Amino acid sequence: MIRARGLEKRYGRKRVLRGVDLDLAPGGFLVVTGPNGSGKTTLLRLCAGLALPSGGALEIVPDRARVGFLGHEGLLYRDLTALENLDLFGRLYRVPERRERIGMLLGRFGLWDARNERVAAFSRGMAQRLALCRAFLHDPDLLVLDEPFTALDGEGAALLDRELASLAGDRTFLVATHDPHRLAPLTSGRLALGAS
Amino acid sequence: MNYIEDVATLARKDLRLELRARDTLPAMLLFVLSTFVVFHFALPQGSGEAAAQGLLWVALVFTALLGLARSWAPEREGGVFDGLVLAPCDRSAIWLGKAAAVLVFLVAIEVVALPAFALFFEPLDGAAVAGVALANLGICAVGTLLAAMAAASRTRELILPLLFLPLAIPLVVGGVGSAISPEPGRYLLFLALYDAVFAIICWASFEYVVTE
Repeated sequence: MIRARGLEKRYGRKRVLRGVDLDLAPGGFLVVTGPNGSGKTTLLRLCAGLALPSGGALEIVPDRARVGFLGHEGLLYRDLTALENLDLFGRLYRVPERRERIGMLLGRFGLWDARNERVAAFSRGMAQRLALCRAFLHDPDLLVLDEPFTALDGEGAALLDRELASLAGDRTFLVATHDPHRLAPLTSGRLALGAS
Repeated sequence: MNYIEDVATLARKDLRLELRARDTLPAMLLFVLSTFVVFHFALPQGSGEAAAQGLLWVALVFTALLGLARSWAPEREGGVFDGLVLAPCDRSAIWLGKAAAVLVFLVAIEVVALPAFALFFEPLDGAAVAGVALANLGICAVGTLLAAMAAASRTRELILPLLFLPLAIPLVVGGVGSAISPEPGRYLLFLALYDAVFAIICWASFEYVVTE
């Protein structure tokens, strides 16, 4: 699904990633760890297709229509409601039975009652739940998740645990985290990045 | 057909955001009307049609600049740009949807601004209005692309005018020419050509602008 050899990324003179090799087979669950500034987010952005490598080779099998991405930011419009945000992305991703899928995800992540509230009024944890809904919305084959447990309370984290467990094996995961032990039961491989 | 649906979806979203937040249109309207009022008192009596037309275009270009500077703000705030770039729609649809929304804002402003100009200075004839309409297309096509480029920069407030104003000079020449020339057809044709050429360039290059 993803194969990288000698992957490099530079921003101007600053080299953020150097010589990263990575193999992620379909159905795999690869956890990326490393200290702050080690290039985890950059690696995930490269694998999601949001950035181009400065050097090395990177092959990603699914096109971007089949990739679900969760970044540091929610990728959500603050002045749209939860429902409007998901509807917008559902249309752009041409999600079949869009309304049913959105309703199901909002219910599953405990946001149904807040569906008509603007994202600007959401707590950080609610916004993270909605960002997860957006990432899962089009039922992607490859999920690239950057610190998915950030800002989630106990209930939210448990919801995400269950969601990841139900999809692991069927979907391919690339997850950056500072807490690899939490994902240990699902993990098929681990990539530790050093400080750059 | 999907392409047009994507453009319509994205443009509708921008209109909804503006109707809800109202942080761009009122500022543009206030700016253009204030400019007319200031110049109404600043220009000496009998300055002539050419001076008034020049003033109209200064006001329109800077009003458009005000709107363009805000045009990608909703995408910048929540990192939404990444979400749009990842979506499977043609990336040029993102540009076209935004340009269409900016065009609606600009036309909405001009519906008020042009009668106000006629009130303060002199009425506009059909050729002048056609010049404004054609220049709007060029302003939105070029300005939306440049605003997207500037949005990625920390010095976006500085970069956008520096990039946009030189490229807007032909639009001002065409717009003023269509209003004061005895043969406005040449200037209108020039504006139409500018629109066509730059719309194609912007449409084709947006993909590269949004790739890191």
